[in-house]
Amino acid sequence: MRFLPELLLLGSGLVFFFLSLGKPSDQLLKRTANIISLIVLLSTLACLGQQGSLFYDSYRVDLFSQFFKMLLAAATFFLLLGTNGHPSIKSNSKAEYYIFMFMSLLGLMMLVSSVEMISIFVALELSSFAVYVMVPLRADTGKKILHTEAGIKYLLYGVMATGFLLFGMSYLYGLTGTTHLYGLAGTSHEQGLVEQVTYMFNRPAAVVAMVMVMSGFFYKLALFPFHFWVPDVYEGSANETTAFIATVPKLAAVALLIRLVTMINVDGQTIVNLLLICSLGSMFYGNLSALVQKDLKRMLAFSGIAHAGFILFGLLTFQITGYTNAMYYIVGYVVMNLAIFMVVCTISKTGENILIEDLRGLNARSPLLALTLLVSLFSLAGIPPFIGFTGKFMLLIGALKQDPRFLIPVILAAFNTAIGIYYYLSVVRIAYCTDEEKTEPVQTSFMVKVLSLFFIALIVYLGLIPSSLLAISQKAINVIL
Amino acid sequence: MVCLLIMETAMLGVFAALDFVLFYILWEAMLVPMYLLIGIWGGPRKIYASIKFFLYTLAGSILLLVAIIWLYVSNDYSFFIPDIMWKNYSSTAQLMLFGAFFLAFAIKVPMFPFHTWLPAAHVEAPTAGSVILASILLKMGTYGFLRFALPIAPHAVVQVMPWVLWLSIAGIIYGGFAALAQKDMKKLIAYSSVGHMGFVTLGIFILNIQGIEGAILQMINHGVTTGALFLCIGMIYERTHSRELALATGVGKYMPVYVTFLTFFTLSSVGFPGTNSFVGEFMVLAGVFEPNKFFSNNIALGLAAIPGAVLAAAYMLRMLQKIIWGGTSNPDQSWISDLNAREIVTLAPFLLFVFWIGLAPGTFLQFMHASVAELVTKFHAAQSAATVAGQILQ
Repeated sequence: MRFLPELLLLGSGLVFFFLSLGKPSDQLLKRTANIISLIVLLSTLACLGQQGSLFYDSYRVDLFSQFFKMLLAAATFFLLLGTNGHPSIKSNSKAEYYIFMFMSLLGLMMLVSSVEMISIFVALELSSFAVYVMVPLRADTGKKILHTEAGIKYLLYGVMATGFLLFGMSYLYGLTGTTHLYGLAGTSHEQGLVEQVTYMFNRPAAVVAMVMVMSGFFYKLALFPFHFWVPDVYEGSANETTAFIATVPKLAAVALLIRLVTMINVDGQTIVNLLLICSLGSMFYGNLSALVQKDLKRMLAFSGIAHAGFILFGLLTFQITGYTNAMYYIVGYVVMNLAIFMVVCTISKTGENILIEDLRGLNARSPLLALTLLVSLFSLAGIPPFIGFTGKFMLLIGALKQDPRFLIPVILAAFNTAIGIYYYLSVVRIAYCTDEEKTEPVQTSFMVKVLSLFFIALIVYLGLIPSSLLAISQKAINVIL
Repeated sequence: MVCLLIMETAMLGVFAALDFVLFYILWEAMLVPMYLLIGIWGGPRKIYASIKFFLYTLAGSILLLVAIIWLYVSNDYSFFIPDIMWKNYSSTAQLMLFGAFFLAFAIKVPMFPFHTWLPAAHVEAPTAGSVILASILLKMGTYGFLRFALPIAPHAVVQVMPWVLWLSIAGIIYGGFAALAQKDMKKLIAYSSVGHMGFVTLGIFILNIQGIEGAILQMINHGVTTGALFLCIGMIYERTHSRELALATGVGKYMPVYVTFLTFFTLSSVGFPGTNSFVGEFMVLAGVFEPNKFFSNNIALGLAAIPGAVLAAAYMLRMLQKIIWGGTSNPDQSWISDLNAREIVTLAPFLLFVFWIGLAPGTFLQFMHASVAELVTKFHAAQSAATVAGQILQ
């Protein structure tokens, strides 16, 4: 029962493997995927209250991991529901595409439960390798072979980041003699036998080791010095793949980063400063580069880099409120991105990339999609009363509460919000304020309409009444502290 | 319509909010519907105008957010506005807070160097948008000054007071001259708004009862008069489909009812005795000339504001003359129809308020007198407390 969602995902891999042997219709594959993701979501909901540890205590099942599993499953479910049959995936490898998607989800679910460095590494590799294959599985568009370039870039950067991760892990092992996270953090049974890394942050070795381990997840989160793959991969992969990369792995990355930063002692000023630089650098780099983008997905890539900076801003307060806010923020970010990518996938009928110019007159072509886009973009920009504003607001409060010296970074972060507004607003401008000659209306299915309303309601609801989500996040984080 | 209603909700909330976060949320939430109003139903340069409006006001209020968070953290985690007021923060903190407030509110008012979004937004907005923008939105800025800047950073207010006062004068004079040169009627009214709002900030920052009461009254007056003028221009626009003054000349002969209304509103905008603006401007100027313990050059300040009133007469009467009589080269206006019953019913309440406030301002003043008196007393108390503390330290 504790392992049920993971087992179901493993089983789904087999289902799609058998389907890939024949020549299933797109419709069949799509339906199967929807049903499986629904079952997985329900199973994670059912397992929300489970507790315990598996595999010689390298795998913890607690509220923290189960809540994140639920979020991962829900994000995948809504992603599959909102995207329409993956038109730009090579038609003879659609079944394989779903295998890799569910395998990646399996890896991410294992990742959020892993508390042992080896199992973290194995789970991370499982999730990454599946995505490495998903990226180049795009049908040739004839012109440029962007997807191959994207795939290779993603692979190479990923391997490099994994290298950093392993190197950092070896240092951590060398310093403490254990590979177990709880052993490192000083909450294990063997307390006293090993020296805990928590009290070592006055030593350069511990700082270097921890930063290297974290950089493996910075790569997943698309944070500043590890962001180089992001724009090209977003642009090169199919819209649905981008939607997956932009949302689901980031949830798991935040989960792992929360686990890692709880081990850091606040007295280690060096590491705080280092993370602060990464965070602010990420915001400035992302926001300034996004200003000049013409491709919508590229713009979202840079905006994702900027938002990663905000999330790190919550983590580096080293307070439970900061972690809770970061968790709230990533949930909001995923909801907004799912909404935007649903709009992108609906507009792009044949799976081509959407330029910002292509949104011209969307208000007239499909008012509901335009409204969804408007709400989620304004939310990303951080305008009240949407979830993006509440998230940013609480992150800034949390930071300033923790230490008055954060005033300057908080002001800089606020400036970044102002920069960001311009490019979000210019997309809205194209969608709303252009009176064009009549273009054909966008066909939206019933499901997309329902989902649009659902996303809008969710963004407003979570923005106005954040307490329920915050309460459960706090409860989840309390478990691992 | 949805936009207008959402905006009304937000604006009612802004003035009623006693919680700082609620205030900020509503303050910002009002931008989105206004942006859509201008952006979708606006004139030819609507994209430029709406983006400029949005970015300018939002960028200005970002620092307000930081100020709110700082106040929250340094007040035992309270967002309740009365808890935050009159707290004698250190003078550096007050200066920084005032800077954040000033940027946000001065852009909204708009005060002189930050006014450029206003003419663009006014000109491109549909009539309803212009009316809301002029009548209520701008008042959020001056309300903010009274509500937050004065009680939270009194020490800083006194320090920067001369600058703000002279900026107000610059706004009055600049708005007047700019309005004098406009060919576009809406732009003319927009620049006259800059001038009128200059009087409001002048009244607020002179920091005595007369001035602040005059400023509040002037806020109401500006809402009534300018709102009515925008409606009048909207009515001409519906007929001629142009805001060009040159195309609307000489309609007096064919629209007698319309020009009667227009004349009254114009006289009110000029500050003619008997109309509402006269009372407001008079009180502000009376406040300025009163001996002032924070600011000694008040006579010069008052004298500098006088040309603004003269300029107002010049540009408003010029517009009125053109619209009623025009010149020898009037376009043929004989096809134009006079106001219908709906339009008369729309304008009549405005006219009522113009004369009510103008002839019997006591009705309105009695509402504000108690709170203004308290504000000024507390402000002076905070000042003397700060001075005493300073002397003890020395």
